[in-house]
Amino acid sequence: MTVRARTRAVTGRTPWPLVVPALAGLAFLVLPLAGLLVRAPWSTLPRQLAEPQVLEALRLSLVTATIATAVCLLLGVPLAWLLARTALPGRRLLRALVTVPLVLPPVVGGVALLLVLGRRGLAGQWLYDTFGVSLPFTTAGVVVAEAFVAMPFLVIAVEGALRGSDQRYEEAAATLGASRWTVFRRVTLPMVAPGVLAGAVLCWARALGEFGATITFAGNFPGRTQTMPLAVYLALETEPDAAIVLSLVLLAVSVIVLAGLRDRWVGSA
Amino acid sequence: MGGFRVSLRAHLVVERPPFRLDVELDVAAGEVVALLGPNGAGKTTALRGLAGLTPLAGGTVELEGVELHRLPPERRPIGVVFQDYLLFPHMSALDNVAFGPRCQGAGRAAARRIAADLLDRVGLTGFSGVRPGRLSGGQAQRVALARALAVRPRLLLLDEPLAALDAHTRLEIRAELRRHLAGFDGATVLVTHDPLDAMVLADRLVVIENGGVVQSGTPGEIARHPRTDYVARLVGLNLYRGEAGGDQVVVGDVRFSTAERVTGPAFVAFPPSAVALYRTRPDGSPRNLWKLHIDGVERHGDHIRVHLRGPLPLAADVTPAAATDLDLIPGQEIWAAVKATETHAYPA
Repeated sequence: MTVRARTRAVTGRTPWPLVVPALAGLAFLVLPLAGLLVRAPWSTLPRQLAEPQVLEALRLSLVTATIATAVCLLLGVPLAWLLARTALPGRRLLRALVTVPLVLPPVVGGVALLLVLGRRGLAGQWLYDTFGVSLPFTTAGVVVAEAFVAMPFLVIAVEGALRGSDQRYEEAAATLGASRWTVFRRVTLPMVAPGVLAGAVLCWARALGEFGATITFAGNFPGRTQTMPLAVYLALETEPDAAIVLSLVLLAVSVIVLAGLRDRWVGSA
Repeated sequence: MGGFRVSLRAHLVVERPPFRLDVELDVAAGEVVALLGPNGAGKTTALRGLAGLTPLAGGTVELEGVELHRLPPERRPIGVVFQDYLLFPHMSALDNVAFGPRCQGAGRAAARRIAADLLDRVGLTGFSGVRPGRLSGGQAQRVALARALAVRPRLLLLDEPLAALDAHTRLEIRAELRRHLAGFDGATVLVTHDPLDAMVLADRLVVIENGGVVQSGTPGEIARHPRTDYVARLVGLNLYRGEAGGDQVVVGDVRFSTAERVTGPAFVAFPPSAVALYRTRPDGSPRNLWKLHIDGVERHGDHIRVHLRGPLPLAADVTPAAATDLDLIPGQEIWAAVKATETHAYPA
């Protein structure tokens, strides 16, 4: 108590031009979520949750987001390493390109994916002619759309972790006879593991909430490409209560993810 | 070096404008050479050049007749003990030591046997499963040494191996490290800025200043015959360079009477304890007597060191009692005398 009193005495009164907008901002962020909780049809909630469409959409969302995250890890971690550790020419341009999907409206991303991977697309036609594979409007297409949108989150997080990690450990490993691949596998990766994990969680959350690119590239077929966000949007037109329930589920998942990351980000304040 | 077989022959050139390192280094098998020098002299850069961690702009590194300077660090038969040890924080002490043998192709069990054996040798039996974060500074230093030795290096490099330790641990680890280095049959190069570490651990010192070698020799030779101000300060001597003729050395306007006879360019050196201070001109007039000004006074162990300026800058050591009698106030005039028999003159 004495410590707190002393702290206040030193810092003085909190200025109101900061407090008022701060509280307004807080309300702006929290109130919609509170509204969701208030308007939730709590009495019929269990029954609504057990609806096959809800479960189907939830399952599809979890599966596609998880696969998309796995794809992002497989491609994104090496990409982050390339950006952070090699003297690649045009590295700055590459880094800018990697972050484009981050600022690109997801719908535009979906259109771009269609143009490239669509059955008449640049790569899509070849895929179809050679392997008979067509990605648009399939579950695999959902994964592609989600990975496209979510990968930059992972790459940026891992690259940051790599830049922040002490490269002298890698030098030490090299003097012990480790090849660059061994250094990466046994020293670099374990040391940036927390960063990779944080990036993966962020990537997964982004994939789970993906809407624009998914509906553009993969369409909206229940059981095949209709993920939770798509189901929420669709339900809003026909049964608003179902939309609220679906939203609650997504909210719950987000809160759980946030709680999992508490120590890493939220708790660092 | 007599009886030793030259193992490492290196000429290291590193360009990092405006800094340039250009150092030649020969080390015999079983010999320990200390690179000694002030901060920023290029000691660590030289070590990194040997290890292949800093690219050379020129020169060669030849170890036991094999050229190394074109090989990447992982292909050089070297072991490095880094300044902060750089033990892998996510591995146990045992796995840290086993890392090198594993990279060299040993199986998991074999690598662990080698590692356990080395941990035994450095006195860390029972610490196998401990993570580096839970080791004390001295223990971490020993694990680092074990890890470097585990790759059976032909050249062992140590970068400020004792700098991170507190005074007490340092004493203990220094003696222990000396024992381990004596038992190592390859060439050893260690970098330090601490003259005591260098003198205890090394057979030969190579003093580096501003990217170049200024002096090299056994600790005894260097202590007796410093050739630069840095070395002289390091070994606690007053040092002047002048022109000798007979039993005199002329340094600027000052004429030194010395015990030895030399001719040509020469150094004169004497310890601060050889300087006597007087408030008034002493009787009997010693041969080397100067009127100087007090520049500063500081505690130095159990005596007082007085810095003097005037025709020649000088450090003098007096007892606390004498310091009280002399009334040492900066700026004050004082007489300083040195007996010829206490000075030491040698060719420059």
